[in-house]
Amino acid sequence: MLSIKYLRSSFLLLLIFVSSTFLSFSADKENGDKFDMGEMIMHHILDDYQYEIVHGLSIPLPIIIYSENDGMMIFSSSRLFDENHVPLEEGYNGFKYDHGKLKPLESGMSYFDLSITKNVIFLILTSSLMIIVFLSVARGYANKKTIPKGIQALFEPIIVLIRDDIVKKNIGSQYEKYLPYMLTLFFFILFGNILGLLPAAANLTGNIAITLTLAVFTFLLTNFSGNRHYWKHIFWTPGIPFVMRFLILPIEIIGLLTKPISLSIRLFAAITAGHIVILSFIGFTFIFQSYFVGVVSAIFVVGLNLIELLVAGIQAYVFTLFSSIYIGMATEDAH
Amino acid sequence: MELLTPGTGLLFWQVIIFLSTFFILSKYAWKPIMNSLKEREKFIEDSLESAKKAEEELINIQSKNEELVMDARKEREKILSDAKKLTNSMKDEAKENAKEMADKIISDAKKVIDSEKDKAMLDVKNTLAELSIDIAEKIIKRELSNDTSQRKYVDDLIKEINKSK
Repeated sequence: MLSIKYLRSSFLLLLIFVSSTFLSFSADKENGDKFDMGEMIMHHILDDYQYEIVHGLSIPLPIIIYSENDGMMIFSSSRLFDENHVPLEEGYNGFKYDHGKLKPLESGMSYFDLSITKNVIFLILTSSLMIIVFLSVARGYANKKTIPKGIQALFEPIIVLIRDDIVKKNIGSQYEKYLPYMLTLFFFILFGNILGLLPAAANLTGNIAITLTLAVFTFLLTNFSGNRHYWKHIFWTPGIPFVMRFLILPIEIIGLLTKPISLSIRLFAAITAGHIVILSFIGFTFIFQSYFVGVVSAIFVVGLNLIELLVAGIQAYVFTLFSSIYIGMATEDAH
Repeated sequence: MELLTPGTGLLFWQVIIFLSTFFILSKYAWKPIMNSLKEREKFIEDSLESAKKAEEELINIQSKNEELVMDARKEREKILSDAKKLTNSMKDEAKENAKEMADKIISDAKKVIDSEKDKAMLDVKNTLAELSIDIAEKIIKRELSNDTSQRKYVDDLIKEINKSK
């Protein structure tokens, strides 16, 4: 009975999400003459210098630029738009806004763009949420030897699952050293994935910069903890003829590099693809301009959102699993 | 292509924010959580272990008890059989003693009887001898008179002896 009640309320919540997503698009439609699905999708899955909640309602974000000539520049992204929210042609401080990108007015200028973009906002949000959640989980353990309750009871099985089924199983006896990283990794991806499913949320874990950074962390951790056998296996593969070793070497080095690339592409592709599919179904409504299509695609989007929730968990699991396997391979004894 | 070009700003912030989240959570969340989990698991393991030990001890005690009962039973049986043996042997001894005593009494009595008999015989013999001497004396005294009266006298004497006897 209880589960049915929960199911119903969560379904309702999903419907609200979906309808609010539609709302934000309907505003899109009214403005332009022709609906461009590709542009709409790209606009939603790419990063931006402002946080557009619904069309016309956007929060300006700070732009931080460091260039050799001008030093550090910090200004609000609202400076790049006029009062009708149209990007200014003349720009501001030598930069103008062009389809979600910041472009220097004079070409060939070298600068570092460290702006707090929409994704950075969601990055901070994800990380703050993680800290709040897990500090309160940790507080649950202050009272020792009691039965886990509330949020602690929700996360404890997941933490134990990661520890026992992913990290311990693949890394072995030294697993404790890597456990904090793996837990942070898993929950960062999970929280990012789930937050990304909310309407008007940024596509954080579907951004290549985010997934690449995580993959590089795993790559560095793997190679810094690699033992003698691991490196010997790469540079002087045992058990094969002498000449073959020189042929195997480039393959081994490519294999070394494909690991982080596959890690980052997998997560990026899975999450971005999910968003694209959901957005496409929503976009159909505006292409066909029909209530029937609207209802049908709404039903589809609800189903897809449920699948995406599953994918959110699976991708977090897979990323952590592969990271553990790579580290396990680098630290295992000679076989 | 834009999708696949990582933004420098995002890379920068991701490194900083992810690492700081990692350090904060490692110190204030994962460490206490892992320690408590380990502690709790150890507690559960220890509890199970001690429960198992207690059970083993109980079984041990039970078997010991059984052994004790068995021993006691054996002891009782032994005591009983010993007692039986003892009574039997005591009975036999008593019987033998009684028999011996009886035999002794009987043989004593026989001895006494024999000795009494012998004494009596001796008395008879003595008396007989005295009588014979008396008779012979009287016969000798009567010889001085006549033969017939002598004869009569002997007869009378014999009669007298018979009567007195």
